[in-house]
Amino acid sequence: MSSGLNLLIGISMGLNLLALGSSRLPSLIRVAAAQGVVLGLMPLLMEHHFSWLVALTAVTTAVVKGVVIPTLLRHAMRAANIDRDLDPLIGFIPSLLLGAAGTIAAVALVRVVPLLPEHRGLLLVPGSVAAILTGFILLIARSKAISQVCGYLILDNGVYLFGLLLIHAMPLLVEAGILLDLTVAVFVIGIIVDRIQRAFDSLDTRKLTALHE
Amino acid sequence: MTQYFLIGIPLAAALAAAAWPDNRTRPWLLPATGIVHTALSLWLLVSPPQVPAGAWLGFDPLARAILPAVSLLFLACSLYGVSYLRTRSERSNRVFVAGLLAAFGLMSLAHQARHLGLLWIATEAVTFASVPLIHFNGTPRAFEATWKYLLVGGTGIALSLLGSFCLGYASLQGGGAGDLTFAALSAQGVALSRPWVLIAWVLLLAGYGTKMGLAPMHTWKPDAYGEAPGMVGAMLAGGVTTVAFAAVLRVRAVIDAAGAGREAGITLMVIGLFSMVVAALFLLGTRDFKRMLAYSSVEHMGILSFAASIGGAGVWAALFHIWNNSLTKGSLFLSAGNIRRAAGARTVDEVGGMSVLTPRSAALFVTGMFAVTACPPFGPFFSELLVLKAALSGGHGMAAAVFLGSLLFPFFGLTRLVFAIVDGRPRTAARTAGKLFPETAGVVVPPLILLGLSVWLGLATPSVLHTAWSDAVAQLTPPVK
Repeated sequence: MSSGLNLLIGISMGLNLLALGSSRLPSLIRVAAAQGVVLGLMPLLMEHHFSWLVALTAVTTAVVKGVVIPTLLRHAMRAANIDRDLDPLIGFIPSLLLGAAGTIAAVALVRVVPLLPEHRGLLLVPGSVAAILTGFILLIARSKAISQVCGYLILDNGVYLFGLLLIHAMPLLVEAGILLDLTVAVFVIGIIVDRIQRAFDSLDTRKLTALHE
Repeated sequence: MTQYFLIGIPLAAALAAAAWPDNRTRPWLLPATGIVHTALSLWLLVSPPQVPAGAWLGFDPLARAILPAVSLLFLACSLYGVSYLRTRSERSNRVFVAGLLAAFGLMSLAHQARHLGLLWIATEAVTFASVPLIHFNGTPRAFEATWKYLLVGGTGIALSLLGSFCLGYASLQGGGAGDLTFAALSAQGVALSRPWVLIAWVLLLAGYGTKMGLAPMHTWKPDAYGEAPGMVGAMLAGGVTTVAFAAVLRVRAVIDAAGAGREAGITLMVIGLFSMVVAALFLLGTRDFKRMLAYSSVEHMGILSFAASIGGAGVWAALFHIWNNSLTKGSLFLSAGNIRRAAGARTVDEVGGMSVLTPRSAALFVTGMFAVTACPPFGPFFSELLVLKAALSGGHGMAAAVFLGSLLFPFFGLTRLVFAIVDGRPRTAARTAGKLFPETAGVVVPPLILLGLSVWLGLATPSVLHTAWSDAVAQLTPPVK
């Protein structure tokens, strides 16, 4: 069980680096979506016996993160008819190096924090920290609104990964609420992206500079 | 049962507003909800219900100590809203009214949430419900502000969720069965795994601190408050921030019980004083009077954190200050909204002589400025005095000195800006715009009521509030076993 799970977490770590190295918007969206699907599958592997509620959470997560949100982003991208190239504020190679260093640091970190016996062989904590760092790098280092949304999605994926540690403890109601909130978040962001495009005729957040001291 | 109506009525009204066909009569849903909600929450303040220990939701002492202030603020804003939305009849207010009511209902939910996960869900739902309120004006600047609010706020949301997970994991390691109510977490006490508790505290303080607008996570605040309509600014500064502060207080009680109270106190004090200093510096520099109010809000959030860090008497003073902050900020934002609409501009370079164009709003604005900078006889003077007293008797002499210093500079900054706007001769551009903005009772009386309440609270604090705040302090600092 744990080797299968670690494999998925390893894939998600690889996807982090792929996201940092992507130079085109569609591929960045695809990477974020793929990571969402990989994460969605994990709860199924963590259960010892099949349960409908967990299966439902897993499928909903995979569908929302893998299909609904990426479709929304692609739609926004087409409607806005924006340049697909991501001109980064921090270059791709430095971003990749930062991400790789962050991943290594995350794996080292797991030795420091105490874990429950059943989580000791798992990469959940480093996988989560690595995704959160990747999300932050994308938020800071990319200038297009949609690429920042992708950064936010990867950041969220990291938080979700950490939440899997609590999957047996958290009541389903809470998880459902959290998932709902995140979905609403991205919908709201999608609407605002659309409005920014109409108001500024651009999705380059570097143009959002009217408000300052 | 009544406590559920506090949540249900605004949410039901939000649905009704979304379905209401007529743009002209829809805003009346706001005061209708406000009156019922205020009546219910004042009634609960006087006769608080029993809350079962393990309940996820309830009008517990902390909710009792804060929520009525938010109700009063909403009532004033809702009365103002009817007149305000009449002047903005050119655009549909469907999303605005529904969003405001939903945000208010969710705030009532967040204040009563006694469960870590539920609190997070409610707080973040408040954030998203208030998004359409910020870009109501529909200008490019408003969308820029909304984008920054979403991006910074979204990151804060993610951090506070991660922090909640960490606290949950600390409880699992301490042998907890996954009961994440604050009561159960506090009951676990020192059994909570210490490294995870510390990580959780840092993340939760950063996350909910972003929502409060503590420096250095305050960057969204001037933009959002500056671009949103005045009544939205009032609800954000006096309502949403109290939700986040209550969350910090609840989390801190758990951290205290886990034996990391000293670390939590120090971080809270440092971040509070830092916010006050940052706000003071920006207040000396800004030229935009709506952004000025945002920095003043950062300052007051700093005061709240500083007060809460002292514990005991400090927390009591903080609860007192929450009421004062909500009421005075409300009156300032509403009168600033009037001036902004009458002048058609927002910086001291473009606005002047408003005492001629809008004499009533200008008078309210000046009086509100004195209230918010803690001049007697307004409430903030008394609560800040209590904070100072608590700091000195707690042996935090140096911190108290920094606290006093960073109260003085905002006074200079605020008076400089406010008198530049109110005094002098009206600018030509503003002179024509001012005629289009009649100072009706609807836009003058609500801020006046809030100021009156602030004076009353300062001079004659009702004894029921004294007991409410003392009960809340007792809830947050359980007796040492």
